[in-house]
This record gives sequence, C-alpha cells and structure tokens, in this order.
Amino acid sequence: MNTSPRLRALRAAFPHTVPVLTGYLVLGIAYGLLMQTKGYGPLWSGLMSAIAFGGSMQYAAIALLTTVFDPLQAFLLSLMVNARHLFYGVSMLQKYAGLGALRPFLIYWLTDETFSVLCTVKVPEGVERGPFYFWVSFLDYCYWVGGTLIGGLFGSLLTFNTTGMDFALTALFVVLFIEQLKGRQQRISGVIGLVCTVIALAVFGADRMVIAAMVLILVCLLAGRRKLCT
Amino acid sequence: MYLTPLQTLVMILAIALGTALTRFLPFLLFPQDKEPPRFIRDLTRLLPPAVMGLLVVYCLKGVTLTAAPYGIPELIGVAVTAALHLWRRNTLLSIAAGTVVYMVLVQLIFV
Repeated sequence: MNTSPRLRALRAAFPHTVPVLTGYLVLGIAYGLLMQTKGYGPLWSGLMSAIAFGGSMQYAAIALLTTVFDPLQAFLLSLMVNARHLFYGVSMLQKYAGLGALRPFLIYWLTDETFSVLCTVKVPEGVERGPFYFWVSFLDYCYWVGGTLIGGLFGSLLTFNTTGMDFALTALFVVLFIEQLKGRQQRISGVIGLVCTVIALAVFGADRMVIAAMVLILVCLLAGRRKLCT
Repeated sequence: MYLTPLQTLVMILAIALGTALTRFLPFLLFPQDKEPPRFIRDLTRLLPPAVMGLLVVYCLKGVTLTAAPYGIPELIGVAVTAALHLWRRNTLLSIAAGTVVYMVLVQLIFV
C-alpha cells in the first residue's frame, strides 16, 4: 500500500528527467574526468558534486583548487555564480510550501534544470505533488553525482564522441521556454527575460552577464507588475 | 594536487555553503507560514518565463558570431528544437531531434 503511490510518482517523474539525464551524464563525466586530470580522483570530485552541487560553479572551482588557498574568495564567488538560484527560490515559494520533511531536500536539489522542469510541467493526475517533485529533484541529483563518479573512474576509457551532446540542456530550456509562453502575461515576461539577458551579454560579456541580467529582469518585472498582474 | 587534503575539504565546504545559501535564502526570508508580500507573489508568477529566457541565452553565451562557424550549428539546433516542439508538442522528441542534429553538425559538418 505504502510503496504504490511513490512508485507511481517515480514512473510519472522519470520521463521528465530524461533530457536532464543526457546532459548531466555528459557534463558530469566531463567534470569527473577534468578533476581527475587535475589530480582530484573520484572521491574528491564525487564529494564536490554531492555537497557543493552546482555545475557551473564546480567548473569554476577547479581553478580555485589549483591555486592559493582562499576559502573566503571561493565562498563569495559561489554566491555570485549561483545568484540565479534566488530567482528559483522566489518562484517555488508556494509550490514547495507545506511539503514537510521533503522541503529542505527539494530546496537543496534546486538546479537550473530541475527548477525549469518543475515550474513548467503539471503534476499528472493521481500523483501527489510532493513525491513527484522529490523524484524529479532526486533523479537529477543522482545523474549529476553519478556522472561525476563515472567520469572520475572510467572517463578515460570513453571512446564514444560525446561532442555536442550537452546541447540536450540547451534544447531542454528552449522547449520549456516555449511551454512557459501560455498567455499574454507569460509571453511578455518571456520576452523581457530574453531581451534583458541579450543586453546583459552584449554589455558585460559572457563571464559577467548573469547578475546584470537578473537586475535588469527584476527592474522590468517590478516596474510592469501592476500592469501584468491584474 | 596543489592544496593539502584539509585545505581542499575547507574549499569544498566554503563553496557548498555559498551555493546552499543562494538556494535557501528566499525560503528563509519568506517562511511558508506567513503570506509573502504582494510584490513577491507577483514575482513568483512573472519570473518563470523570464528565467527560462535567461537560461536559453545563458546556454548560448559562448557562441562566437564573428568567426566560423558563426553560431550556425546552434542556430539550426535551436530552430529544429523549437519548430518541432511548436508542431508536435512532444518534449522528448523535440530535445532528442535538436540534440542529434546539433551533434551531427558539430561532429561531421562544421569541424
């Protein structure tokens, strides 16, 4: 009796995670392999993926691990690189409310991809939202940590050319972006997101664009919210 | 390895702390037993489409438009994904097709 709703939630959740599986395995393996070449075996890379879970910061951190010991700089950089998580939290406040013991795990496992899937897809009928959110988040987390371990252990044995496979994540965001554009309010917000980020990229460059884009988006949405949210 | 194991562990913990803070902060500032202010509730509704737009651009930030292959593989990959999705609305199909087309382009055509 007890396992059946959970199993139903797992079955409903898994298909939504397949694109993430593809992308995370490729990027996770690449990460584990890269860490290996810097002298950090699967135990270190696995630990990093498991507790400092966050793809782009982990890549950035490789440089920090191979230079002078400066944990404060690492802390501040991880705040800045991961600042976009603040938007995910604000978007998920209501969705994650009232989920009890699951809630801290769902928050801890929030990534670009997990957030995008969970705020776009509808929980299927007959499936509880808590277990559904849990499985999507947990599976995505396992793909990343698992990919890292595989990369650290066996990455050098891979002969299959995976170049371009991480495009699965770009394609995922393109699809979820389209899915988000239902209704006038969403379409305007989507265009604001695109335009602001392109401006931030053009003005600040690829390495410093995210926070600028977030500020621009925030200003536009807050200025227009009374018109948009009527 | 350049750092001692203990230093490495401290670095990983510092990064973990910073990362976790960005995830938990909104939930700490606006606890679930209290109604969040109006502008936060508006943002909860308005942010997702804007963030998805941000993420699409963010994924493509490394593309160079001024040198070969001028972002053509990315343009085609995104166009295939979007067109297929607008036509069939099948998430996995759109993503798989877009990714395979992109892989063929970068591995075989624009090398």
